[in-house]
Amino acid sequence: MSVLLAFTAATLFSLGTWLLLQRRLTRIVIGIGLIGHGTNILLITSGGGGGIPPVIGKGDKGDFADPLPQALALTAIVITFGVTAFLLAMAYRSWQLTHDDVVADDREDRLIAASRRTDSDVADVEAAERAHITDSSGDEEDQL
Amino acid sequence: MFLLLLIHLLIGIAILLSGDRLGRRAFVVAALAPLATLMWAATQWSTVVGNPSEFDELSHASSAGAQFESVRWISDLDLDLYLRFDAFALIMTLLVSGIGLLVCIYSVGYFSHIKPGQSRLAGLMTLFAAAMLGIVWADHLIALFIAWELTSITSYLLIGNDDRNPRARAAALQAIFITGAGGLALLLGLVIIGQSAGTYRLSELINSPPSGSAVAAALVCILLGAFTKSAQAPFSSWLPGAMVAPTPISAYLHSATMVKAGVYLVARLSPIVANTGHWRLFVLVVGSATMLIGGLRAMRQRDLKLLLAYGTVSQLGFMMLLVGTGEYKIAQAGIVLLLAHGAFKATLFMLVGIIDHQVGTRHIRELHGFGNGWMPVKAMAVIGAASMAGMPPLLGFVAKEKAIDAYLEYGDFAGSSATLVVIIAGSVLTFAYSARFVLGVFGAYGTPDHEVHSRSAPAPSAIFVAPAAVLTVLTVMVGLFPVAISDLTKAALLSLDPDASPSTVKLWAGFNAAFVISLGIIATGTLLVIFRRPVSRFQTACAQPLRALPSSGDVYGGTIRAIDWIARRVTRTVQSGSLPAYLLVILTTVVVLPVIPMLANFGDLPKWIENPIHVPIVAIIIGSAIGAALIRRRIAAVVMLGAVGFAMAALYETQGAPDLALTQFAIETLGTVLFVLVLRFLPTRFIDLAPAVVRPLRLAVSFLVGASIFVFAIASTNARDDVAEESISVEMIARSKPDGDGKNVVNVILVDFRGVDTMGEITVLVVAAVGAVALARGSRRNDEELADLERTEEPVS
Repeated sequence: MSVLLAFTAATLFSLGTWLLLQRRLTRIVIGIGLIGHGTNILLITSGGGGGIPPVIGKGDKGDFADPLPQALALTAIVITFGVTAFLLAMAYRSWQLTHDDVVADDREDRLIAASRRTDSDVADVEAAERAHITDSSGDEEDQL
Repeated sequence: MFLLLLIHLLIGIAILLSGDRLGRRAFVVAALAPLATLMWAATQWSTVVGNPSEFDELSHASSAGAQFESVRWISDLDLDLYLRFDAFALIMTLLVSGIGLLVCIYSVGYFSHIKPGQSRLAGLMTLFAAAMLGIVWADHLIALFIAWELTSITSYLLIGNDDRNPRARAAALQAIFITGAGGLALLLGLVIIGQSAGTYRLSELINSPPSGSAVAAALVCILLGAFTKSAQAPFSSWLPGAMVAPTPISAYLHSATMVKAGVYLVARLSPIVANTGHWRLFVLVVGSATMLIGGLRAMRQRDLKLLLAYGTVSQLGFMMLLVGTGEYKIAQAGIVLLLAHGAFKATLFMLVGIIDHQVGTRHIRELHGFGNGWMPVKAMAVIGAASMAGMPPLLGFVAKEKAIDAYLEYGDFAGSSATLVVIIAGSVLTFAYSARFVLGVFGAYGTPDHEVHSRSAPAPSAIFVAPAAVLTVLTVMVGLFPVAISDLTKAALLSLDPDASPSTVKLWAGFNAAFVISLGIIATGTLLVIFRRPVSRFQTACAQPLRALPSSGDVYGGTIRAIDWIARRVTRTVQSGSLPAYLLVILTTVVVLPVIPMLANFGDLPKWIENPIHVPIVAIIIGSAIGAALIRRRIAAVVMLGAVGFAMAALYETQGAPDLALTQFAIETLGTVLFVLVLRFLPTRFIDLAPAVVRPLRLAVSFLVGASIFVFAIASTNARDDVAEESISVEMIARSKPDGDGKNVVNVILVDFRGVDTMGEITVLVVAAVGAVALARGSRRNDEELADLERTEEPVS
């Protein structure tokens, strides 16, 4: 792999990550697309430098580009498309519900963080402690 | 043995599955399991205990009497379940199954008006018995640990069975919290011991004792586990709390069996490790403190059951002092005490349960003596308490005599005389609280202004009293004729320590020093009882300054609150609910951790440019990608993404991958169409919602990801050059035509060599398609339903 292609893959990952960290679903999808391209560059160059298309009978086998990474990259392209399509369906759904495509914070998680409610186990322990204090069978002064 | 464990499990689960249908008959079914175990144990008796005359000479053939059994589980991993049944295991089995059987019978009387959910107790008790037998039969440290934890869990469920009662829930939580923490320490210790000894088999540890620097620490961990399980100070607070459980449970788990698991483990290990590290010192200090504190607190209880619970704590401390020294003579007294305590404490608990059941209270102020028909209960209370106090000619006396005698004669280690003083003082306290128990049962503390009239309470039925009667008879008979257990305890001692030369257990060992001390204990104890009012006032006065100190219960409550507070804080920071925040953390971790080792292999940079045509293509890719990232108009950003895709197709073409180029072309076109389909709904522009602080962080992480990908790409390229083997593709190219009958090698790989991969790929696509369709169509249906709803509601309004 040449430094140029490594740099290209790195740039695609950087920009993709930057988009992935946003709150707009559209941008996230675009980010995933860019990261997918970066990954494909890494994949096909993992077979070494380029060559002639690996088709038997067209040229010398020694000059062939490595076919295995190509097969892997092909799979990757198609799967990235599947993910993109699914995310776009989510964006559509999000639009139907909110007329926007913002990935909002999880409401339940926010509630947990904000809650001041005593945990039920702690409440039990405190109830038992209170009962112990008022309970005459406790370990307290004996009049006998 | 394995079969018996299975029987327990099957019966236990069957009872649990039957729900409330069996009612109190569940306890009759549950009794089958201990009955089968006892019958089996009886057949093994002669094998395990052997011929007593052999023990009189110093025969080292003790382990020949042990039964071994191993069950193959996963042969490839050498995972077997090793079981061992020797004389000490036999004693524990007698306690677990003997008292288990009696408790099951007793429960039939106790739960005469059974409430929903209480027949569950029978199933849980049977499961507990399986776990407890697992502890005493396990010959592998890890198997022992698993059984150990299972007893903690079943104990938790049994204590908290009345799940509507907050006190029961709190007590159950406290029990599993403390014993569970000890269990973790135990696991750590057992693993270190197993690793340093080279074997996890208990039966082999005696021949290859663990050695190494970590062993001392491991022993402390193991002791922590044993101390928490056996309610030693300062971990004893859970045991009195566990008394919220119904009395049969308390009698079974929390006096006779589970709390002795720690004693069992210490007894097993002491002959091997007593002189390693500070094992003996720890045992002596903790056991002494437990014996005294438990005794002092037992003297101040007004609830008979709590009195017995603190008494159990005290006796457990006593047992630790006996079995934990590593001196076999003293350990034999501990074995006798195990049996004696199991008999008298279970009896006394059963009696308290009977009183509670018939009268409706077990508070000593509300008891004023009993009417006709209560004679057996009163007599058994006196006998049981007398055995606990160490009065001749009962089994408790035999045990205590042997203990004092052994400490007098063989206590030649550091701290032995101090420990003897503690044992004597503890025995005086035991006498005092035993007397308090008897006086309480007879109504000596009853105050007349209380409503409850125990005198008019109906006498218990015969079947209700019978189990306690069996144990009382044993206490008396074995006390009178200790020869009955003499061989058993000898064989048990030899199975703990093959080098031991055990002595005969006697009721009357002559007019020796131990007997004089016993007389002294009884005399002092009697004085404490006579002057109980001044003693109580004195105790109160002494306790006053101690109240300022936090009790172990306060420490526990504080710990629970602190855990809750920390958990809340952690949740608040870690689980913020923000997807970008989660991604930020995940990506940083993914990027930073693997890159650090890669930097070491970074090596030289490869050539800068491989093919000049790459330069314009890369310029388009990077330029369009920057555009896709920065442009705020949705459609324009998508067009930029498409441009990246088409430039990628060109890049594939230059690398000799026309198939990829074609696919990319088709996919990119299709993708752009999809984008446009969806984007026409959405607002044309993005608005960045992130607060200002997030942006530099986002930039930094993006840069880090890119940099690490660069390092990864270069490092893996360099790593590839070091591989001498031929690429796997060479064979694929060679086989493409003959095996796959295709000229295009990439296609042959996809549909043939790696056809399963392609199958997976298709599956992913199908899943994505189903998901996408469901998302798009499902919402439409929701709209229709919403519309339907509006239509139907209209006439109402």
